[in-house]
Amino acid sequence: MVGIQSYGTYLPRFRLDRAAISSALGTTGGKGTRAVASHDEDSVSLGVEAARQVVEESTQIDRVLFVTASPPYAEKTNATIVHAALGLSTAASAYDMVGSVRSGIAAVQSAIDGAYRGRRTLVVSADVRSGLPGSADESQGGDAASALVIGPGSGVAEIIGTASSSAEFLDRWRLPGELEAHTWEERFGEEVYLPLAVQAVTDVLAGARVGINEVAHIVVSGLNARANKKLGARLEVRPEKLAPDLASTVGNSGCAHQGLLLAGVLEQALPGELILLISLADGADALLLKATAALPAYRARRPARPVRPLNVSYADFLTWRGVLRRQPPRRPDPNPPAPPAAARAAEWKFGFSGSQCTLCGYRHLPPSRKCQSCGAIDHMTPQPVAHIPARIAAFTIDRLTYSLNPPVVLAIVDFDGGGRFQCEMTDVDPQTIAVGDRVEMTFRRLNTARSIHNYFWKVRPLDAATSGEED
Amino acid sequence: MSANSIVDRVAIVGMGCTPFGEHWGKDTSDLLLDASQGALASAGIDLDEVDAFWFGTFASGFSGLTLSQPLKIDHRPVTRMENMCATGSETLRNAAYAVASGAYDVAMAIGVEKLKDSGMSGLAAAQPPGDGTAATISAPASFSLLSPAYQQKYGVDDKLMKDVLTHIAWKNHQNGAKNPLAQFRQQVSKEAICASPLVAGSLGIYDCSGVADGSAAAIVVRAEDAHRYTDRPIYIKALSLAAGPGTGPTDPDYDYTTFTEVVRSAECAYRQAGVIDPRTELGFAEVHDCFTPTELVLMEDLGFAARGTAWKQVLDGAFDLDGDLPINPDGGLKSFGHPIGASGLRMLYECWLQLRGEAQARQIDNGRTLALTQNLGGRPGACVSFVGIVGSELSA
Repeated sequence: MVGIQSYGTYLPRFRLDRAAISSALGTTGGKGTRAVASHDEDSVSLGVEAARQVVEESTQIDRVLFVTASPPYAEKTNATIVHAALGLSTAASAYDMVGSVRSGIAAVQSAIDGAYRGRRTLVVSADVRSGLPGSADESQGGDAASALVIGPGSGVAEIIGTASSSAEFLDRWRLPGELEAHTWEERFGEEVYLPLAVQAVTDVLAGARVGINEVAHIVVSGLNARANKKLGARLEVRPEKLAPDLASTVGNSGCAHQGLLLAGVLEQALPGELILLISLADGADALLLKATAALPAYRARRPARPVRPLNVSYADFLTWRGVLRRQPPRRPDPNPPAPPAAARAAEWKFGFSGSQCTLCGYRHLPPSRKCQSCGAIDHMTPQPVAHIPARIAAFTIDRLTYSLNPPVVLAIVDFDGGGRFQCEMTDVDPQTIAVGDRVEMTFRRLNTARSIHNYFWKVRPLDAATSGEED
Repeated sequence: MSANSIVDRVAIVGMGCTPFGEHWGKDTSDLLLDASQGALASAGIDLDEVDAFWFGTFASGFSGLTLSQPLKIDHRPVTRMENMCATGSETLRNAAYAVASGAYDVAMAIGVEKLKDSGMSGLAAAQPPGDGTAATISAPASFSLLSPAYQQKYGVDDKLMKDVLTHIAWKNHQNGAKNPLAQFRQQVSKEAICASPLVAGSLGIYDCSGVADGSAAAIVVRAEDAHRYTDRPIYIKALSLAAGPGTGPTDPDYDYTTFTEVVRSAECAYRQAGVIDPRTELGFAEVHDCFTPTELVLMEDLGFAARGTAWKQVLDGAFDLDGDLPINPDGGLKSFGHPIGASGLRMLYECWLQLRGEAQARQIDNGRTLALTQNLGGRPGACVSFVGIVGSELSA
């Protein structure tokens, strides 16, 4: 017996009003909003935030699979960044499954296989979705991340069965390095997808000896909106069984989307209910799950956090995406981190682990060999603080330092239980900050210089955190 | 903090200082040549008579060669120094100790900075390779933290604080307007200062010091030899430097209303010079007004005003040119400009002029014979501070 042990999602705080696109481009239409990764977020940082929802210090993880169609790095593994940010043991493996959107369901299938062999796998799926200005991908895409821990035991949702069908056809594709994906006419994809989906669904239900009418919730995830929409009718299921697709608020988050939608269902499902997840990406994959008695307790322990989105203008959105190049100030380009220095400091830089003096208890951020309180040398233990909230002791607005989202906010924060740190504050309207405000750490990409992404932590308002429960 | 006093053992017998500003037509070598020639001429000596050189620059060159090549120094020791914005003062401190030790008879302290060739707004220092986790925050943003902290601690509201900081900028521009070497030689109205565009926190453009090129130099000899060179030497009374542990940014008890490094270096300097009450014993002071709130906090750290009272004394004009204790009579970093490696020696240059009665339109005449220079490198909570005291008279 294997199952989903925990699930989590992360939505960036910013939303782009689709009407802003049509207004800027002089086109018509555009309803609702899409989620937008901030200027300091990418698929890895989004993924870290989702993974932090499901991984606690005590969580045993044997393997991390990081999934994205928008990887920050090629050649180098992105999953090791997630692994380091979570402070996982070096004995836990970390692999990428990047490139195609289908990698999302592939990672889940692989994690299920691993679970039958006793392994607990963290599947982190994240995407930053873009397209040319005015394209459907630009307006209908959304940036998000989802995370699942799949392992032995029924967990919160037991895996009842899986089935898959594959075929080669060009519905959607993109060459490496291109910003925009290409698609054929949507009706062509619909033609190909529906039979493949019916086949996978038929197989999974037959394997489990259940009928489609016994399924309580159906999640359809894929980038061909027309195929998604038509599948319910083809399967002859009541529309209310179909999980909301978040199209009007978040947009389609590619690799992350199935996890995002599944999490939405798991937030509602009653113990014993069957859930059918169907992924349409270069074939069809069907996954049949059963909510367990452990689900309500899991939900109660991890209440959905309030969503307080911030609006982003279309001009800023294009700037953050690198589409609109704006005049920079006369300030030096950032220096990239030096790989040996970053490697030496990995527990600090990626894991945000300081040090605590074993003699007097003083907490040091960053870690220090000599205690700044009692002076003892080399009497330190690692002290992870990424999960600890803090309060703003002082802050200032820096209008000189370059940022894609000026002005830069510098916050000096005091952590609960000790430790002071100063760093950039993100996901915030500078007008609203006050001394005493509660903040939490968030993993971000500070900048990219000389082809090196510089990841580190910032603070954000405690009430800025969002999860996938917006609809 | 202990440092043995060398009070009255070393004298400054000649100084040179270039105009500070945007020297599009001069490079580092030109500035060094101009300042050193000025100092040599002032002392009435040739380059060959200088036994050793302490040369400071933050980032305009490496090694003693940066000085020895343009000056064509003939195989003498040249020590290149760097201690951030306190670099200039460091050259004086080290040259003076070398002379006091007896190792050299004549030494030159010289500092330079060529900032305007970088093409950047504000300072843009190259950093050593690192792990990429240090906050990239501008200098004005760091120093802007002083204002709200001071306001909160002493109950000064936003409007009042703006008036205080504006007065400091206004005063330093008033003084700079009287200084032919200053970068900004015009008075600026309080209205214009108040309305200047924000740079960081509540600090506007006029709250920031000038980014300038420039160089300054001093000739240092043993006090007993001073009158061979000039009838009016000035004598070193104290030299103090404190590098703090840099724990401010990680210390929850640090409240951004003081520079402990300044307090400690000042205490040490006053002890060396035998100064009990700086407010009444000093004729004036040149302090590190990199940003207007820095000057405000320095008034209290240096003991010129009791804690929580400097803001009022600023508004009362106590530190104006005709005030009780004039501060930055030459215009300070604010309007003289701040070529980093030269600034500490530029402060000393004003002492040289004032104590010899050569400051012309801005000459202070309050009968006191001591002057203080205070030079800061770094940021609130993590900095180095120099405090020096010079005087025109030998102690009794």
